[in-house]
Amino acid sequence: MSSEPGSHEDMSEDNLPSERAHDAHHGAVAVAGDAFADPGLPAHLPRRQDLDEQAAKHSERVVAGLFVLSMLATIGFIASYVTLKPGKIVYIFPVGHVSALNFALGLTLGLALFCIGAGAVHWARTLMSDVETPAERHPIEASPEVRAQVIADFKQGAAESQFGRRKLIRNTMFGAMAMVPLSGLVLLRDLGPLPGKSLRTTAWRKGMTLINPNTNLPLRPEDITTGSLTFAQPPGLSEDDDDFQDVIAKAALMIVRIEPDEIKDKRELDWGHQGIVAFSKICTHVGCPISLYEQQTHHVLCPCHQSTFDLADGGRVIFGPAGHALPQLRISVNGSGYLEALGDFAEPVGPSFWERG
Amino acid sequence: MSTTEHATDDVTARRGKAPAGEKIADWADGRLGIYGLAKANMRKIFPDHWSFMLGEICLYSFVIIILTGVYLTLFFHPSMQEVTYSGPYVPLQGIRMSEAFNSTMNISFEVRGGLLIRQIHHWAALVFLAGMFVHMMRVFFTGAFRKPREVNWLFGFLLFVLGMFTGFTGYSLPDDLLSGTGVRFMEGAILSVPIVGTYLSFFLFGGQFPGNDFVSRFYSIHILLLPGIMAGLLVAHLILVFYHKHTQFAGPGKNEKNVVGMPLLPVYMAKAGGFFFLVFGVIAIIAAIASINPIWEFGPYRPDQVSTGAQPDWYMGFSEGLIRAMPGWEINFWGHTLQLGVFIPLGLLFPAVLTVIAIWPFLESWVSGDKREHHILDRPRNAPVRTGFGVGWITWYMVCLIGGGNDILATHFHLSINDVTWFVRIAFFVAPVLAFIVTKRVCLGLQRRDRDKVLHGRETGVIKRLPHGEFIEIHEPLDQGKVFTLTAHEQPAPAEIGPEVDENGVERKVDPLTKLRAKLAEGMYGEGSHIPKPTPEEHAEITSGHGHH
Ligand code: HEM
Ligand code: FES
Repeated sequence: MSSEPGSHEDMSEDNLPSERAHDAHHGAVAVAGDAFADPGLPAHLPRRQDLDEQAAKHSERVVAGLFVLSMLATIGFIASYVTLKPGKIVYIFPVGHVSALNFALGLTLGLALFCIGAGAVHWARTLMSDVETPAERHPIEASPEVRAQVIADFKQGAAESQFGRRKLIRNTMFGAMAMVPLSGLVLLRDLGPLPGKSLRTTAWRKGMTLINPNTNLPLRPEDITTGSLTFAQPPGLSEDDDDFQDVIAKAALMIVRIEPDEIKDKRELDWGHQGIVAFSKICTHVGCPISLYEQQTHHVLCPCHQSTFDLADGGRVIFGPAGHALPQLRISVNGSGYLEALGDFAEPVGPSFWERG
Repeated sequence: MSTTEHATDDVTARRGKAPAGEKIADWADGRLGIYGLAKANMRKIFPDHWSFMLGEICLYSFVIIILTGVYLTLFFHPSMQEVTYSGPYVPLQGIRMSEAFNSTMNISFEVRGGLLIRQIHHWAALVFLAGMFVHMMRVFFTGAFRKPREVNWLFGFLLFVLGMFTGFTGYSLPDDLLSGTGVRFMEGAILSVPIVGTYLSFFLFGGQFPGNDFVSRFYSIHILLLPGIMAGLLVAHLILVFYHKHTQFAGPGKNEKNVVGMPLLPVYMAKAGGFFFLVFGVIAIIAAIASINPIWEFGPYRPDQVSTGAQPDWYMGFSEGLIRAMPGWEINFWGHTLQLGVFIPLGLLFPAVLTVIAIWPFLESWVSGDKREHHILDRPRNAPVRTGFGVGWITWYMVCLIGGGNDILATHFHLSINDVTWFVRIAFFVAPVLAFIVTKRVCLGLQRRDRDKVLHGRETGVIKRLPHGEFIEIHEPLDQGKVFTLTAHEQPAPAEIGPEVDENGVERKVDPLTKLRAKLAEGMYGEGSHIPKPTPEEHAEITSGHGHH
């Protein structure tokens, strides 16, 4: 046996585990040259259960006990299912207030399953043979003869098909195979309408009043108080509408009142009404609704990824991953003293998309 | 007549007397050939190590997910038809919601055991993904992905990626405020794809977001398409594990040509079968005491409402981190918009990282030039560069997870969200490199310790006073099995390009790829990548010099 490192890779016959097993547990380093050689599988150490029938009997009782416990737990499961009402809430220390039914069912089911598992594992560990044995591995690769045979068979098959010789057949077949999946692709076309310009517009039109979603009444300038965020939606929108979710996903509006001289952006001031300004509520990052307003700074914060917009400065992004300012809606007050829109948003609301421009 | 017919008669006669169980087996064998299969597999040897159970956890949680998922399909209505809630949960009575949300409420409050099954399904999904993550780490750090197991690494990798998407689509099904926010996130990410993004989004959602289709579409993806593919991959994965036979750690009597352990029947049947019940039992108990995804607290989805502190399931957290840390770059040109702030992290970075993980086995064997089969596992310390890379990757992933919770972190520890975000941005680049360097050092330190142990024996903790007054600690020599275990690994030399000038002094052309490969090989296997392991000569010299204590 040579002694360079790594030589144990190519083990010689006389070093195979079975041959060496008998001198395995001497532990002593015998010949210097052989110090790193594989001593072979250590001898099997018997367990208590292998030597003492009393201990084995004990293990048997433990395993059987676990299986019996599992049966009892299943009975408990059925009993809980039948007797407990779904709505009943109980206090269980330290878990807190929980549904009694859920707790009882989960615990009994869990116990029934766990005991089967614990029994089986205990059985395997204490009573089944734990002698380690080696099995041979064989290389995954085929032998050279098999390989040669397969290649020859394939060549013969390919030759018999005349695949290589009749190029016309081959090429048209490739063409047909390449084209036929197109039908499957075409069939997906009706998954949805084409986008067209639909992402560029919202439900807002000139002359629409700004409706308070809670009361369903149009908002007056007096309703917009300094320091708070007021939400609004277009008129005639009902939760019962089929497309309510689609419409509100783009039209949701937030309104604030800012002292006109605090507004840094001239256009923003012009597009509002005496410091009352309306912005899209939909974040320009990936579209979460914005919900947090800090009245001193007039910053709004998107709760999803913390993009922060300055409502006193044209809705500009001042922090976070959003890529552009919040779109503003031009508003004014109509003849009856209600806030109204002067048209749709001038640019698309919500997240950016390729055609946005 | 012929002798063969007699032989068949003999067999039939013998089988006629067999016990009932054997008769059934004979019947099946005559049609399915089960004896051939059983001969190869019934007493198949499996080696034992705690880390080999990680894959089993994945398998069992998958089975649990299927079982509970089928049960859920019996009660869940995948429809976005709007209804008014009139169930027993008072706070939501009279609220408009989709039928999907309504039926999930029904499962949670009226179907007896429904809540339990929902919670088991969801907990099992978390365990499934966590299990795959850790299992993958195990395979990576021990080099179990090397030839002949590269393909099985790919199967496992696909299972992990598909698992994430299956989890995400399932999480979205109840159509609650929290998951809806996640779906909106996904829609925003799809919109950021250049050129085709808007179209993809319209086709997926059947028009504008949210539309009336995504729940039923996610439903068929979630319960049929992805689980179907995953079941196929899983079976293929297991077949390959059987076919290749399990890897094993080095140790006395173990080598590249054998596998040492205990037979499938009975020990592994009992242990693995039992382990399924243990996993199922533990998840059931967790589902009994720990509530998960209480959708009634979030309410139904509305695109103009949001719950604060919204967090996805853990396995999606890294995408949150990526997108939160990324600056909001956006480019407008020729009437088009490129939302790089979303597209770079989710459309480029994330797939790129996944690709590196997927092709790692091929990368490594390309660099090492090693095309041999490997069945003996590496101890992580003995492959310091690989281990360092793996730890660097995990660190990067953790940084992303932290970034995904930056708001929670900020409010919890009273930090500014700005600072947390900047910390994440810097850590994103720096932390993996630091982790790599530290890990490599630790590995080398451990190698040095192994070397000392082999050469000088194990410290016994017993102090002896020599006649001239010096104190020494008694070292006990290792037994040969231990010495073998600690020296069994290879320390390959990096593949060299060879001289750049041939013997006639003519410059050889070396293409840049070969040069790169040589550089990588030098880093991975060259000087500084390992502590030379002791040789038997060194060992002999020292042991004879010191004598025996
Ligand atoms: C293979 C991986 C799978 C994963 C990771 C997974 C994960 C999830 C998750 C996280 C949920 C949300 C549960 C909740 O409301 O908290 C869910 C819901 C659901 N899953 Fe799965 N699932 C998988 C496979 C399946 C399969 C195979 C089926 C059916 C055959 C299924 C049926 C369902 C149904 C019907 C729901 C909605 C019901 C509800 O939310 O209460 N799932 N899934
Ligand atoms: S959606 Fe508003 S910051 Fe991401």
